Amino acid sequence: MEHNMWQLLQIELYKIFRRPRTYIAFGASAALIIILQFGLKVDGSEYASFMLQSIGNFDVQGKLLNGYLVCFIILQLMLVHVPLLVTLIAADMISGEASHGTLRMLLSKPISRTSVVMAKFYATCVYTFLLLVWVAILALLVSLLIFGKSDLFLMRSEYIVIIRKDDIFWRYICAFCFAYISLVTVAALGFFLSSLADNSIGPIVATMSIIILFTVLGTLNIPVYKAINPYLFTTHMVVWKDFFDEKVNVSNEAIAGTIENLPSIIHSLLVLTVYIIVLMGATVWVVRKKDILS
Amino acid sequence: MSVFIVHLYAFANAQDVTVLVNKVKAKLDKVNDYTAAGVLKTDVAFIKAPVSNVLTYFKKPDHFRLVKKSGISVLPKGGISVNMGLVLNTDNFIALDAGESIINKVKTKVVKLLPNDENDNIVLSTLYIDAATLLIMKAITTTKDNGTFEVDMFYGKYAAYALPDKVLFSFNTKNYKLPKGLTLDFDEGTNPDEINKLKNKKGKIEIDYSSYIINKGVDDAVFK
Repeated sequence: MEHNMWQLLQIELYKIFRRPRTYIAFGASAALIIILQFGLKVDGSEYASFMLQSIGNFDVQGKLLNGYLVCFIILQLMLVHVPLLVTLIAADMISGEASHGTLRMLLSKPISRTSVVMAKFYATCVYTFLLLVWVAILALLVSLLIFGKSDLFLMRSEYIVIIRKDDIFWRYICAFCFAYISLVTVAALGFFLSSLADNSIGPIVATMSIIILFTVLGTLNIPVYKAINPYLFTTHMVVWKDFFDEKVNVSNEAIAGTIENLPSIIHSLLVLTVYIIVLMGATVWVVRKKDILS
Repeated sequence: MSVFIVHLYAFANAQDVTVLVNKVKAKLDKVNDYTAAGVLKTDVAFIKAPVSNVLTYFKKPDHFRLVKKSGISVLPKGGISVNMGLVLNTDNFIALDAGESIINKVKTKVVKLLPNDENDNIVLSTLYIDAATLLIMKAITTTKDNGTFEVDMFYGKYAAYALPDKVLFSFNTKNYKLPKGLTLDFDEGTNPDEINKLKNKKGKIEIDYSSYIINKGVDDAVFK
């Protein structure tokens, strides 16, 4: 059985990386990151002054625009885009086969439908992982090479956080791991919608629409929508930023190596995991019950 | 007659404190420049900053800079008051006697210092001077642009140069602007009560100096 799963996974990975569409995501994310890095390299000082306008009473000294801050800015901007790129592949995994008429042939082999669905899901997870590693290399490592290292100066909604440069890298590792779970949630949603359709476009557009709708609902400060915010997966996807907030001691000194709101991160991770389990459970159930006609 | 005597007494007192301020100034003037290593602690409700090692540079007449080596430091504008050499860097002032006060168990002379120059950024300084040692124990400085700052100074092995081992710099954060999350943050806003709680506190900056290098020259490039 394990041998079968490994073979299935290899086949699914081959299918993913044979398609030109797969590389759109790598190209698009690289283009976006390089454009941002170029802009900040050329006009970074202007951006830094603009950023500091809101704390005019303070004199900030040091290398504000360093690789760590640039990476944070890039990740903030890519918050909406990377999930959309994952959708391009995930939402096509089952429905793509259906639209090409290969799903029936695939499921006629002596392998359980659950194994086929899970192999496709694992392959999507591998693709998502590679995309995230690509983004991490470009956004973090290349930014550090171009802009250098220094402390991370962040202006949260109502306060400033300064994190020492030797206390940042591990936070990015944690943030990328968290982002991976977020993206797998998006992949699971795409998968579920893909299991309901017989064409590629429908599930891709539907998944993107849900992400955009939930993101917009999450940013609206209207009480009726605030009530549903805790249940939207997009609300929990942004919690990676909490890795970049420190606890303080009684003298209000930031304590290196701490995270201000770890329970909130764990809660969000659990919510996202529940989303993944429910969506994948539903996908397996739909595919097992489905009358395959194409 | 009595009015004349009161005026004469006030004039004599003003003369006394001017002499005292000039003696303090002469002591401060022994330092042409210094480089000091210290530890910076920031206690401002809406700033989370780690304790960090800093270097401070001073050069006559009015150059002062605090540098956190390869890091980022945030200080309230008007850091001028961190250094008394800058407060007393002019002879063009009026000194008024404002009585006596006990600061850190030391009896001090309270002197109000008014600059004669209308364009001076400092509007008023209140100095608490230990007349015996000619050291400024505390200073309250009101500036045109950056409000009022309180500086408490604690002396040790560099007292002969009037350079403190520890400087405690306090300021009211009530009128300070809070950040707006311009790192393209999509956070939810904090409620207004929380914001006011953060703002209605005194901010404190503490620098504990471990060593000074005095009168050995400081490159002008440091201040650019």
